[in-house]
Amino acid sequence: MTYSLDFGWLAGATGAIARGAATTILLIAVTTLAGTLLSILGAAGRRNGPLLLKRAIGVYVEVIRNTPFLVQLFFIFFGLPSIGVRLDPVLAAMLAMTLNMAAYTIEIVGAGLDAVPPGQTEAALALGLRPRQVFIKIVLPQALKVIYPALTSQIVIMMLESAVVSQIAVRELTYEADMLQARTFRAFETYFIVTMVYLILSIGLRRLLVGGGRRLLGAGVS
Amino acid sequence: MIEFTFWDILRNLLLAARWTVLLSLAAFVGGAVVGMIVLFFRIAKNKWARRFASGYIALFQGTPLLMQLFLMFFGLPMLGLRIEPWTAAVLGLTFFASAYLAEIWRGGVDALPRGQWDAGASLGLHYLQELRLIILPQAFSITRAPTVGFLVQLIKSTALTSIIGFEELVRTSNAINNATFEPFKVYGLVALIFFVMCFPLTQYARLLEQRAAAR
Repeated sequence: MTYSLDFGWLAGATGAIARGAATTILLIAVTTLAGTLLSILGAAGRRNGPLLLKRAIGVYVEVIRNTPFLVQLFFIFFGLPSIGVRLDPVLAAMLAMTLNMAAYTIEIVGAGLDAVPPGQTEAALALGLRPRQVFIKIVLPQALKVIYPALTSQIVIMMLESAVVSQIAVRELTYEADMLQARTFRAFETYFIVTMVYLILSIGLRRLLVGGGRRLLGAGVS
Repeated sequence: MIEFTFWDILRNLLLAARWTVLLSLAAFVGGAVVGMIVLFFRIAKNKWARRFASGYIALFQGTPLLMQLFLMFFGLPMLGLRIEPWTAAVLGLTFFASAYLAEIWRGGVDALPRGQWDAGASLGLHYLQELRLIILPQAFSITRAPTVGFLVQLIKSTALTSIIGFEELVRTSNAINNATFEPFKVYGLVALIFFVMCFPLTQYARLLEQRAAAR
């Protein structure tokens, strides 16, 4: 049996691929912002919150880190409606991605907070700053600078994992690939092209984050 | 309609979990073997061998596992191989694991001081003997924690093979859910089973990390 590759369908498919890629980018942009914010709150709560909150955050982190993202997604999209929480696919995907990413980045941000010498907090308090100001203006920027490379990797990993949300019919890149291959019967070629698009996206996203980090947090970010 | 009791659901899920365990083990062993080969290329003296290995690792770490599985599933039949979901799943996860394991172990090799190589050479060992007797044992021992950590990631990744039709825990749970309409219970149980498999390994990796830090 001989098989010849055929990319003739590609000309008519660029629109669908571009639309899918745009949705993937939207998903990861929202997840990055919400996930980072949630992990800062989580890491701070885990260090300074009441005991019950500390425990709850600990359990949340372990549960998410030890179960597959696909199962979390199915639980949120199919499982939650039976207790009255009905989300549309895009919202469910964003929620699942944010919760998943935050479980990993809480530990990363926490490590960054621990890396800031306690003298920084003491000095700021001695200057008369309120505890919240100390956290936001002194500790957090230094912590983010330390953990920025790890955060970048986690965001890229999350972007790659977002391929899975096609399974709940979010019209992102993988979903468009599924639709295309069903129409063209050129499964291998379709997934090959889309894989390359993902590769470009992940390289581009990493470049963007590294460049942005350098500008925002100062030099020293590789 | 057939009635499913809680125990029916649990029993069917546990039976399916065997395949998840088996697939994880097969992919880990396969990934370790292929990963060793990639590691040899990655630390070779030849520049092109190193570049090839770097590209291989970047390719697998820069694309979604789901796409890799699809390419396996639809690509191998074009080479004339008859392919079942099981074969595609094992091969896909093997290549995926090999890239990550090679990169983890490469970190271990790089962490060793240059003097280890020099000492090996001055004892009259040739390259392969140096690797086998001096470099690799140390590299493996300092990367034990991330290796176990990756095994956890691999177990979780087997969930994706349900999408290419391999009959493991998640695919079975989809079928059960379609029959019982109890997604909260079914997916909750699936999450619990995965947790029971992964959590001890996570704790073990943490223990190894602490031990390494204490040394």
